Amino acid sequence: MTTAHVPLWEVFLRARNGLAHKHAGSLHAADAEMALQAARDVYTRRGEGVSIWVVPSAAIIASEPAEAGMLFEPTASKIYRHPTFYEVPDEVGHM
Amino acid sequence: MYTQALNAKDAADGGAEDADRMARFQARIDAEERIEPNDWMPEAYRRTLVRQISQHAHSEIVGMLPEGNWVTRAPSLRRKAALIAKVQDEGGHGLYLYSAAETLGVAREELVDQLLSGKAKYSSIFNYPTLSWADIGAIGWLVDGAAIMNQIPLCRCSYGPYARAMIKVCKEESFHQRQGFEIMNTLAKGSPAQKAMAQDALNRWWWPSVMMFGPPDSASQHSDTSMRWKIKRFTNDELRQQFIDATVPQAHYMGLEIPDPALKHDAESGHWTIGEIDWTEFKAVIAGNGPCNRQRLRQRREAHESGAWVREAALAHAEKRRRRAAAAVTAAAAE
Ligand SMILES: [Fe+2]
Ligand SMILES: [Fe+2]
Repeated sequence: MTTAHVPLWEVFLRARNGLAHKHAGSLHAADAEMALQAARDVYTRRGEGVSIWVVPSAAIIASEPAEAGMLFEPTASKIYRHPTFYEVPDEVGHM
Repeated sequence: MYTQALNAKDAADGGAEDADRMARFQARIDAEERIEPNDWMPEAYRRTLVRQISQHAHSEIVGMLPEGNWVTRAPSLRRKAALIAKVQDEGGHGLYLYSAAETLGVAREELVDQLLSGKAKYSSIFNYPTLSWADIGAIGWLVDGAAIMNQIPLCRCSYGPYARAMIKVCKEESFHQRQGFEIMNTLAKGSPAQKAMAQDALNRWWWPSVMMFGPPDSASQHSDTSMRWKIKRFTNDELRQQFIDATVPQAHYMGLEIPDPALKHDAESGHWTIGEIDWTEFKAVIAGNGPCNRQRLRQRREAHESGAWVREAALAHAEKRRRRAAAAVTAAAAE
């Protein structure tokens, strides 16, 4: 079959006013306008969103799973970045 | 779900898959980690998932046909609105699942071609006809009920995109089953003719629904590795038994009879046991010789072919707009 490949888009939804957009899924559409319409039909049939972003999938740059250790592991040892690392006497109360 | 573009297969991982990688992969599975699209995975894991997820997607899509058949004849506006919403959900389920399959590096067009050419399989249940309005009740209650039993454990499937798609699907399925049960219950409590209609639908849909869980464990080819890889969490027979135990009391509540003279309640185990399943019928339907196989495929092909000009026009329109926008940028730069 000779159907040209229809571009893939990633869909992000803002669930409620005040929340950030979150990845909801992906879909195929010829252009951005149709991607928005399809996203509305496919991902917001039950009030899941008040705002939609669509992004061409090819435009997303992802980190390499193989590099996850190098990228994220160093933070695990830096417990002094968390408030619970520091001691505050009980008498001082909440801080 | 990620993208085709991100999922060009790593050329280096073809050929020999060393035992080391396999062991690490299995360890991740055993630790209940989720496997994501760009993670290394055995080719057989990828193939199994592409087959299972795409079959699942095809089932959702073909599943719209038997129910769509009654949209224009639904007995009230309430029923019609619910049926349209349900059929639309099934279309959505198909799309979530195709997207999940695509993260494994297979193109949407390829999957659709496999369905239309008859190469791919879909759930045997959708090759049975919807002869009366009660069939719409029976489908929601039994077929969606069986689908839920199957799908809930899939929400914990080891492959992340599939598990996440199933979470969305499961949230929507509950309405499908309840609206079906409501249709059946209303008919069962209606006139004798309506009750007979409900019973007739149950008679025709019961065994095909029980068969939806697939061949018995003794004959199932894919189960072992799928369980080890945590694609599957329960065997076909375990899921089938859960469905039977949940459904038989619901039929009795409605005053309907399960069409199985051998059905009995085992007081000791608490389970309902059923009679012999006719696996020759199951095999015939899977092989393409069910009552509606040819009609279903013909309808899908017609829908696909008659939509071809729309897809072409949309792409041509997008291309024209892209060219115009590019020309405008060049013109502005020249000024
Ligand atoms: Fe569904
Ligand atoms: Fe459903």
